[in-house]
Amino acid sequence: MSDLIHKSAAELAQLINSKQVSSVEVTSAFFDRSEKLNHKTFSYLHLNRENALAAAKLADQALAAGKVHSPLHGVPIAVKDVLVTKDAPTTAGSKILEGWMPQYDATVVVKLREAGLPILGKTNMDEFAMGSSTEYSAYGPSRNPWDLQRIPGGSGGGSSSAVAGRLAPLAIGSDTGGSIRYPAAVTGSVGTKPTYGAVSRYGVIALASSLDQIGPVTNTVLDAALLQDVISGHDAKDSTSLPNSLGSMAEAVRNADFKGLRVGVVKQLSSDGFQAGVSERFQDTISKLTANGVEIVEVDCPSFEYSVAAYYLILPAEASSNLAKYDSVRFGMRILPEGNPTIERVMAATREAGFGPEVKRRIILGTYALSSGYYDAYYGSAQKVRTLIQQDLAKAFAKVDVLLTPTAPTTAFKIGEKVNDPLAMYLNDIATIPANLAGIPGISVPNGLAKEDGLPSGVQILAPAMQDAQAYRVAALIENLYKAEWGDYLISQAPDLEALNV
Amino acid sequence: MSEVTPDLVRHLASLARILVTEEEVQKLTGELSVIVDSVASVNKAVSGDVAATSHPIPMSNVFREDIVLPSLTQAEALSAAPDSAEGRFKVPAILDEE
Repeated sequence: MSDLIHKSAAELAQLINSKQVSSVEVTSAFFDRSEKLNHKTFSYLHLNRENALAAAKLADQALAAGKVHSPLHGVPIAVKDVLVTKDAPTTAGSKILEGWMPQYDATVVVKLREAGLPILGKTNMDEFAMGSSTEYSAYGPSRNPWDLQRIPGGSGGGSSSAVAGRLAPLAIGSDTGGSIRYPAAVTGSVGTKPTYGAVSRYGVIALASSLDQIGPVTNTVLDAALLQDVISGHDAKDSTSLPNSLGSMAEAVRNADFKGLRVGVVKQLSSDGFQAGVSERFQDTISKLTANGVEIVEVDCPSFEYSVAAYYLILPAEASSNLAKYDSVRFGMRILPEGNPTIERVMAATREAGFGPEVKRRIILGTYALSSGYYDAYYGSAQKVRTLIQQDLAKAFAKVDVLLTPTAPTTAFKIGEKVNDPLAMYLNDIATIPANLAGIPGISVPNGLAKEDGLPSGVQILAPAMQDAQAYRVAALIENLYKAEWGDYLISQAPDLEALNV
Repeated sequence: MSEVTPDLVRHLASLARILVTEEEVQKLTGELSVIVDSVASVNKAVSGDVAATSHPIPMSNVFREDIVLPSLTQAEALSAAPDSAEGRFKVPAILDEE
């Protein structure tokens, strides 16, 4: 039964569908492993066997009655703690929400339940998704299954380490500036940020509403495509939800071919500032595509130089507004100072005790960016940079179908290495941020191990807005090229988590 | 470029309703100065007439039918509140006694 944990979600779905194994057996296998090994990776903030097995039983009963709710029917999944769930506490990695039981399910959670996917638990994250390493989680950092002394990326390091450590076959993440793709790159897994609006944000604890997007965290491109097909679609409860379907991503993966493919390499994101082994892996990916007749074109995106700066004005501005709701009145923590304090003092004391240092930093930065006198210079200019980035991308996509970049500038760094240097931490997202500012889809796919440290590296595929299928097509092609070389997915080269020690 | 001073940090923290210790003010002043100097480069990027983008995928007039759908009951809405009374959220004093 232990070999179940080494199978892809697509394979597990097939085994369940053909009744060779039950959803209860698969769910138990992953749950047992999670219970046993979560202390090593700290992927989960909350695990609930009873709920997971009850959902698995329902999936098995439906199957016995001839009903298959989705192509992932019966396959268990881990959910980032940024999505509200009415049967499990939801904290977004913050003390201010410790113990909060939401009164409703996020739309994505409703979709997972309806599609027959048992939820194993809620995964760890940087507090309110602010961070690239999970070191800003109020509950402690998650660890990378390739090396437990290293970060699994962030903010979705709980989901990436759960999938890469095979504590779950699938997970859900959220990506505001790279929080799905960056963790995927440093853990040798696959992560997608869909087009803005492709997946409902209803019930997602907001960080920056014009940037946030929910997406799949998996070990294979087909699994990501199958999961995106389950969670996407119009939702009347989210006014930014796209009205039309973007088509089947699984079909795009299954029909992927090289015919006529034109790939762009962004001049500003090709070599400078990237670790040697990461650059070497990226050049290897490009060479493989060239060898298969793919046309490679260098494209110029000069405004990308300003994307991190624009992002760290827009994000704190939106976050300072979104996080005003943690006011000690309707939910979450309330701290009462001595005497007969006014509500204003109660709020300030609660937010002092409930928020961690990075959250305070960003709220105060956002308050600054939005204050009169500074608004035009900072927030106003940042919004203009957003236009310039969209214009650069429009020019690039007139020449090519997709753009490729290394996903992350380095492989996973050591826990503690950057935690006291906010600016260094912000630069981890240099290649992933433009997609959020422009609303376009991006996928990170493993492209090998960096020669100097033997740690995973990822390549990012960017496609025009609404053309998620094109990104999946190229992701599948790249994955196939490497699978042919390695004989299996990169994740099969990961160390045995049971043998690793913290 | 605007200098981030301890006084400015104290003012911003009070606008954001976050109590800060003197130690935090000093630390934040240093950190925010570095961050602001770095993000201020956006000024250099834009010259001339560039439109602002507030939302990546332009959308307008998102309406729905005006029909009543199931929603939280009053008890459910109050269930996670730190304090409530008579079917309402209860908060400490609004006005200072002094």
